[in-house]
Amino acid sequence: MRRRHSRHILLFHLFLFCLFLVTSSAIHAQSETPADTAAVDTAKVQIEPPTSVVVTDHKYDDADALELTWVPSVNDRVPGGKVVGYTVFRSINEREFEPLQELLPGSNFYLDESLYRDTLYSYYVMAYSRNDSARSVATEPVSPQREWLHVDRAWLFVIALLISISVFYFISAAKKGEDLFIRKIAGLEAVDEAIGRATEMGRPILYIPGILDMDDVQTLAAITILGHVSRTVADYDIHVRMPVSRSLVMTAARETIKASYQTAGRPDAYNDDMVQYVTDEQFGYVAAVDGIMVREKPATVFLLGAFFAESLILAETGNSINAIQIAGTARPAQLPFFIAACDFTLIGEELFAASAYLSGEPKQLGSLKGQDVGKFVAMVVIIIGVVAVTLGQAFDVAFMQEIFDALTYVFSTQ
Amino acid sequence: MITGIVGAVFVLQYFIPHWPFSKMNAWFSDWFSIVAAFAIWLGALNLMKISAQKVVGRKEDWGYALVIIFSFLLIVIPGFAGGQGYREAGTFFSWLYEWAYTPLSSTMFAILAFFVASASYRAFRARNLEASLLLIAAFFVMLGRVPVGDILTGFMPVGWRLSDLASWVMNYPQAAGQRAIMIGIALGLVSTSLRIILGIERSHLGGE
Repeated sequence: MRRRHSRHILLFHLFLFCLFLVTSSAIHAQSETPADTAAVDTAKVQIEPPTSVVVTDHKYDDADALELTWVPSVNDRVPGGKVVGYTVFRSINEREFEPLQELLPGSNFYLDESLYRDTLYSYYVMAYSRNDSARSVATEPVSPQREWLHVDRAWLFVIALLISISVFYFISAAKKGEDLFIRKIAGLEAVDEAIGRATEMGRPILYIPGILDMDDVQTLAAITILGHVSRTVADYDIHVRMPVSRSLVMTAARETIKASYQTAGRPDAYNDDMVQYVTDEQFGYVAAVDGIMVREKPATVFLLGAFFAESLILAETGNSINAIQIAGTARPAQLPFFIAACDFTLIGEELFAASAYLSGEPKQLGSLKGQDVGKFVAMVVIIIGVVAVTLGQAFDVAFMQEIFDALTYVFSTQ
Repeated sequence: MITGIVGAVFVLQYFIPHWPFSKMNAWFSDWFSIVAAFAIWLGALNLMKISAQKVVGRKEDWGYALVIIFSFLLIVIPGFAGGQGYREAGTFFSWLYEWAYTPLSSTMFAILAFFVASASYRAFRARNLEASLLLIAAFFVMLGRVPVGDILTGFMPVGWRLSDLASWVMNYPQAAGQRAIMIGIALGLVSTSLRIILGIERSHLGGE
């Protein structure tokens, strides 16, 4: 009986031992399976190379760029593909290939810039998976070519030429004494009135030429208007204050005001400190100008030039001190702020027209008339384009669509 | 003459990609940067001169001039003393930039929000027909740009809700007006450039 009992115990222990072995091996197997499978899977991630690698000359440059295109690897054309990226390799003058640029999966284009003429360049593209790579066939060696004319911009050249010819024509017509009608610009008509107000109140004029440098045409326009304003200021013998955010603007503005005072016959009244450099920093400049406005309370504020986020801060501060404000900019995003906060606003082209308008010189007024021809052409083309695209799409008239496509091609900039 | 030649070259280089025109834009830009870099000393010295004159002469608001001189020296001296790595994290210059300049600059920018409110209040007063149209358009655009606009008009079919109306106003009347302004600006630029290149306009050079 005891022997039988001990045999049962032995069998039970044996069963437990087997159970332990089976369970532990199962657990072991379970814990190892994903990694092992992954290892097996990864080992299998072989990829196909990119194909159809073509190198072509980059059009309309000075022989300093080549364009490389290819068809991505087959493994990159399916969702969740195995390609993790590409590397472009380049050989110069048939020497050894060297890695040039790493690109993201899905890439099929690379523009190689800063090359040299009379140098041979050859390329191949290598696709990568996590643990594999496949390279394309290398291209034949090619040299970048240079062109004399940017043919895609030919129509733009023609349009610019036509507008320039019309400007020349009206300048010469004005020189001959032809009477040219120029519409009244309220903001410019108010310049003398605004200066007169400052004179009556015995307070200074604040002139702000934007926050860009002399390489921006809006700043140039602001400085040209300054010439006319400062001439009147010199006549009226009032103080003009001009804080600027660029050193070159400071120098140019000083020269302009000095010339105006000399023209007005009052060189002794000119003072270099009329124009003061503050800082290049946008909001530092705003803080300084706001401070000047609040402390000195100018009667008239001119805000002419290139403005950004500071436009409304300046204009609202000027409004809060009850200054008469004449603003103008060619940045459409800032125009609503000036219109809301200023008494007069020169909208875009009016800023550029201001100098010619204020001078009243026939030559300058002729140039304004010339740009009206450009406006007329733009109006005609817009009307034709609207009619063509409307008829083309509403009634499926192919001819009209072709007219619209032709106009789009001619007037698009490349 | 110099203005005329440089202006003509800038026009030509846009249409001629061949050397030397291809490089001229970059050359002129480099020259401008070099001149501007030297000119900044003119500006800085002018700022110091005017501020110092105010402090020494105890002129009106001379206290502000003292703050300018102190702030100028406070940022310039660590900048020069820090050598090439003056902007690296941990330097005094970087600390000043991060904890003095940036908050001050952000504060000035933040004031814009209040000015937008006051300017909008004045601009949207229905004084005449144009201002009334502006008020109505602005009301619908602002309401259409926030979720409550679509909640209020949720009963309307898609395409007729306030967000759609706001998009329509922005994409058509607003875009058309803005493009008209852009065309005018482009033509004004051509005309102004020609006046400067031809020497008809010389006010910016101190001439007539």
